[in-house]
Amino acid sequence: MGAAIEVSSLHKQFGAFMAVDAVSFQVNKGEVLGFLGPNGAGKSTTMKMITGFLAPSGGRVQVDGFDVSRQPIEVKRRIGYLPEGAPAYGDMTPTAFLHFVGEIRGYRGRERRERVDTAIQKANLGSVIHKPIETLSKGFKRRVGLAQAILHDPPILVMDEPTDGLDPNQKHEVRELIRDMARDKAILISTHILEEVDAICDRAIIIAHGRLLFDGTPPELVAMSRLHNAVRISFEGETPTTAGQRLRQIAEVADVAHEDAANQLTVLPRNGVSIVRQVTHLARDEGWAIQEVFVEAGQLDEVFRRITTQPAAAEESAAS
Amino acid sequence: MSTTIAIAKRELGNYFSTPVAYVFIVIFLVLAGVFTFYLGGLYERGQADLLPFFTFHPWLYLFLIPALSMRLWAEERKSGTIELLMTLPVSIWDAVLGKFLAAWAFTGIALALTFPLWLTVNYLGDPDNPVILLSYIGSFLMAGAYLAVGACVSALTRNQVIAFVLSFVICLLFVLAGFPMVMDLFKGWAPQALINAIISMSFLSHFESIAKGVIDLRDLIFFFSFIGCWLLANAIAVEMRKSD
Repeated sequence: MGAAIEVSSLHKQFGAFMAVDAVSFQVNKGEVLGFLGPNGAGKSTTMKMITGFLAPSGGRVQVDGFDVSRQPIEVKRRIGYLPEGAPAYGDMTPTAFLHFVGEIRGYRGRERRERVDTAIQKANLGSVIHKPIETLSKGFKRRVGLAQAILHDPPILVMDEPTDGLDPNQKHEVRELIRDMARDKAILISTHILEEVDAICDRAIIIAHGRLLFDGTPPELVAMSRLHNAVRISFEGETPTTAGQRLRQIAEVADVAHEDAANQLTVLPRNGVSIVRQVTHLARDEGWAIQEVFVEAGQLDEVFRRITTQPAAAEESAAS
Repeated sequence: MSTTIAIAKRELGNYFSTPVAYVFIVIFLVLAGVFTFYLGGLYERGQADLLPFFTFHPWLYLFLIPALSMRLWAEERKSGTIELLMTLPVSIWDAVLGKFLAAWAFTGIALALTFPLWLTVNYLGDPDNPVILLSYIGSFLMAGAYLAVGACVSALTRNQVIAFVLSFVICLLFVLAGFPMVMDLFKGWAPQALINAIISMSFLSHFESIAKGVIDLRDLIFFFSFIGCWLLANAIAVEMRKSD
């Protein structure tokens, strides 16, 4: 069985501007793939091509084995899509709107009522189901969009910034919902919130300027950080004057950085290897009075910034 | 087919969930009455027919129908719901036809609500009711032609005002085709065949023959193929412009 979503060398050109340039990736069943990239990188355009709203200029998208260009209706039946900004008919109530979507998706009578009720319950819309959508808050509008996307219990979910503009509680709820559904679905979510990748994604891809720059798991992404496995030391009182020099003498240490606080040092390893043992040994031998030793996992935003602002360097590391 | 109906139902519901439907119907009925009794002189003519009523329909539709059709696609594009609609399992034809049929059904409702006029002439005299029925059918067909133009134009822009003005102008050209002010544009350089073709596109001449009770297959074919062509253009316009 092939991947649920298979994107191969996808291109989209608007005039002279290459919005999506040779992007290939796949999403498997049971997987949540985070789609990262700065604004305007081509995330939404790619999603619009996967869901059959935009025709690709080149390349191919297959959803559950169906080609989007040749069998768009089959593809659309299998996808639940939350477009950017969660558009919905403002004059309708959530109930009427969901019944409309249910009718389009071919559900009748009791089955439609049950599906609408389930979607309302899952998206936690209970209190607003009889108010026109245009009067709802941003959070509720987003949830109406979510309810619409999961109404037919699709095997594949594509969501463009599902938590954008939500408050922390609402974000948490939406993430819980996505995690709950992840087991038996293939889910593609775009986001520019990096914590989200750690929180819900099994794998992440990064694009910038229309090109795919990274494809891997969140731990792999974090491991690319310069700070990965760095050791932060807090001394009791002043930092010993020789500390920096002594630490640099360890073979695996690349650099030692002084932090803002006077009693802190960050020791950066070469190639991300673990150096905490060497550092603590040295500290014991030197008799430094140490308050705290902290091993950094790495910082996603630093990796993100490096990958998306230095395409050439990032491509090399993605290739290796 | 069932998706066409679902879309038409939603669209029709949209007319009635906003004041548009009520404003449109009231204005349509008031203007129809004014035209019929004051300008058309229904009483003064001393004839029990509805000719004065139907004569003004092409002019009434000229600005009322674009008001009805302007939001069909423009609003959908402006609010972004077109992305939602076109990523549901819906073919472009389902969407184009569903929206058109909803608007057409709505004009049918407005037209049907003019029945007190029909009652009036039946009370006052003994009109030729089959002719009146044919006139209603002709008027309904003509409304469909206006709507098909309006729906297509609405798909070309996300601005409803532009859609309104543009539909108005295009419909005006078709109403006046055959009149000197349009024909003078073509005389002198266009070949006779083209001039004849333009004259044969006139809404007025096709409508007038039906309104007089003459059912000519050519008039029916004209209106249906006219609607068909504009809906085809509508589908192409949606496909080309949906994403910008």
